[in-house]
Amino acid sequence: MTELLDDVTATSKDRFADALRERQDEQTRGRLAWLLDILRKPGLLVASVWLALILAAAFAPQLLAPGDPLVGVPADKLQAPSSAHWFGTDQIGRDLYTRVVHGTHLTLEAALVAVGVGLLVGAAVGLLAGFVGGVFDDVVMRIIDVLLSIPGLLLSLALITALGFGTIKVAIAVGLASVATVSRIMRSEVLRVRSSVYVEAAHAGGSRWWSVLFQHVLPNASGPVIVLAALQLGAAILAVSALSFLGFGAPPPAPEWGALVSGGRDYLRTSWWLTTLPGLTIALTVLAAGRISRALDRHEGNDA
Amino acid sequence: MNRYVLARLGQALLVLWAAYTVSFVVLYALPGDPVSLMFGSESSDVTPAQLAALRAQYGLDQSLPVQYATHLGAALRGDLGSSVVLHRPVAALIAEAIPPTAAIAAAAFVLALLVGGALAIVATLTRSRGLSNALLGVPPLGVAIPSFWFGLMLVQWFSFAHPIFPAVGNKGFSSIVLPAVTLAVPTAALIAQMLSRSLQHSLRQPYVDTARAKGVGPVRVHFRHALRNASLPALTVTGLVVGELLAGAVVTETVFSRPGIGRLTATSVTAQDIPVVQGIVLFAAAVFVLVNLAVDLLYPLLDPRIVRHSKAARSQPATAQAAPTLEPATAGV
Repeated sequence: MTELLDDVTATSKDRFADALRERQDEQTRGRLAWLLDILRKPGLLVASVWLALILAAAFAPQLLAPGDPLVGVPADKLQAPSSAHWFGTDQIGRDLYTRVVHGTHLTLEAALVAVGVGLLVGAAVGLLAGFVGGVFDDVVMRIIDVLLSIPGLLLSLALITALGFGTIKVAIAVGLASVATVSRIMRSEVLRVRSSVYVEAAHAGGSRWWSVLFQHVLPNASGPVIVLAALQLGAAILAVSALSFLGFGAPPPAPEWGALVSGGRDYLRTSWWLTTLPGLTIALTVLAAGRISRALDRHEGNDA
Repeated sequence: MNRYVLARLGQALLVLWAAYTVSFVVLYALPGDPVSLMFGSESSDVTPAQLAALRAQYGLDQSLPVQYATHLGAALRGDLGSSVVLHRPVAALIAEAIPPTAAIAAAAFVLALLVGGALAIVATLTRSRGLSNALLGVPPLGVAIPSFWFGLMLVQWFSFAHPIFPAVGNKGFSSIVLPAVTLAVPTAALIAQMLSRSLQHSLRQPYVDTARAKGVGPVRVHFRHALRNASLPALTVTGLVVGELLAGAVVTETVFSRPGIGRLTATSVTAQDIPVVQGIVLFAAAVFVLVNLAVDLLYPLLDPRIVRHSKAARSQPATAQAAPTLEPATAGV
């Protein structure tokens, strides 16, 4: 885990040198720079490998765990981790490793839907508010301020109350709760880009507003939003698994990560692995997503 | 000065009204009303006539604008409606739930402030680059750990493996410790990130150079000059921190089976008890608004520049300006 934190060892001077070097080399090396960047930093490498494993678990769970996540062998119930059962077994003898691997799909899909909803709606709102400006912008931003005054989890919970339970509904609720944050950042980027010379030139050159919006403003304003997306992925995994822990996600036999932790609660005294290992998986995935978003942030040249 | 206070008060009321409207739109205008959510698909023993009668009882048969006006009018008189499940006034339910939540939230706030503050101060004060980097690596960890899992880990270590604190319940001081620690972790991480950024910024300012040139020692520079200036921007996110504590209570109180606002939220969402959920959202917004109001009113006492600026330009409140900087702050380090 300490390797994941390696990134912060870069001091401000190193960061500046890094940023400078990256910017100079960017045109010649292009995509290669990104790969080299990963290889130079062990923490980033570990995070990337972990996230690749998680993606593999989400889209091809049979490769990593060929067993059935819903069928257990009652004779093997509540066994501690061993070479036969890497994460141990639960109260009805299901292999926990298999369940975690197969649950990845549910949790990651929910997190991706949440990020997608948040980004699409948030970016659209921020783009319009920043581009149209005037009274429209004022009204939208006041609404955004109000949404920011309600804690994200409570907003998600209110939406779940209205929408109902289930993985996708939880995902939509988490996504909508993040709209305010995304649109705020998108708007500030749009305002920055809108006042630039090339946008003025495009207007002066007779471009229609939609072509200015989609050809000049959107591509130049979306950088920070993409960085935010990586960060939101970690936050969305946390929010989705917290809501699934509370019991608002998929119904019981489904191995959602949060539900797995919740299911192990009753066996906390005797079978530590049932809560510890799924929770550790969540924590490592969120850390990896955060590490990668910081690398993206630096790549964008947004050094603080 | 009076104008400043009045403007802040007016804004606070406006935000509350808007929060009420937002929660009304989410909970009432979306398809599905409390009655059909409760008796909807699964139960067949309720006749359509009974459903209609229930709807009439809760005023759900009226058009949305009429419902909105009636509900808002009642809310202005302090009546938040009553729970569809528990058949008790929402305001009373929330009032009962406040003390146990306030106890763990206050303990968590103090703990987070101490730990997060100490972390930020030591990380920026130390000359050892290794120690500084190690300390600055802790907050991202605190943000990434799922608090429901961390709470269960604490129970496992300190209630079962080493029985020091009780695992569940709300009896005496010792039952506050584990929930407060659980609640404090993400908050401490947030405070440490905010304060260390703010401190790093302050330490680069000319007045620090001046102080150093005058021969002031590093510790004194840190506490007397940098920290006093750095804590002002951190103060503006107090409202957000308190809001996060309130949201964190939902998970924490579930993990430790404690009564409180969080537990009330979780059970009301499970039962789809719309009036209670709306009451809680409104309560959270009210807490946020009140804390921000307090910060806004305290701010000029701590930093005289604010009033001068707001008089000159009638600028945005300090909190409104601080909000956008928070997101990148939690993202970075």
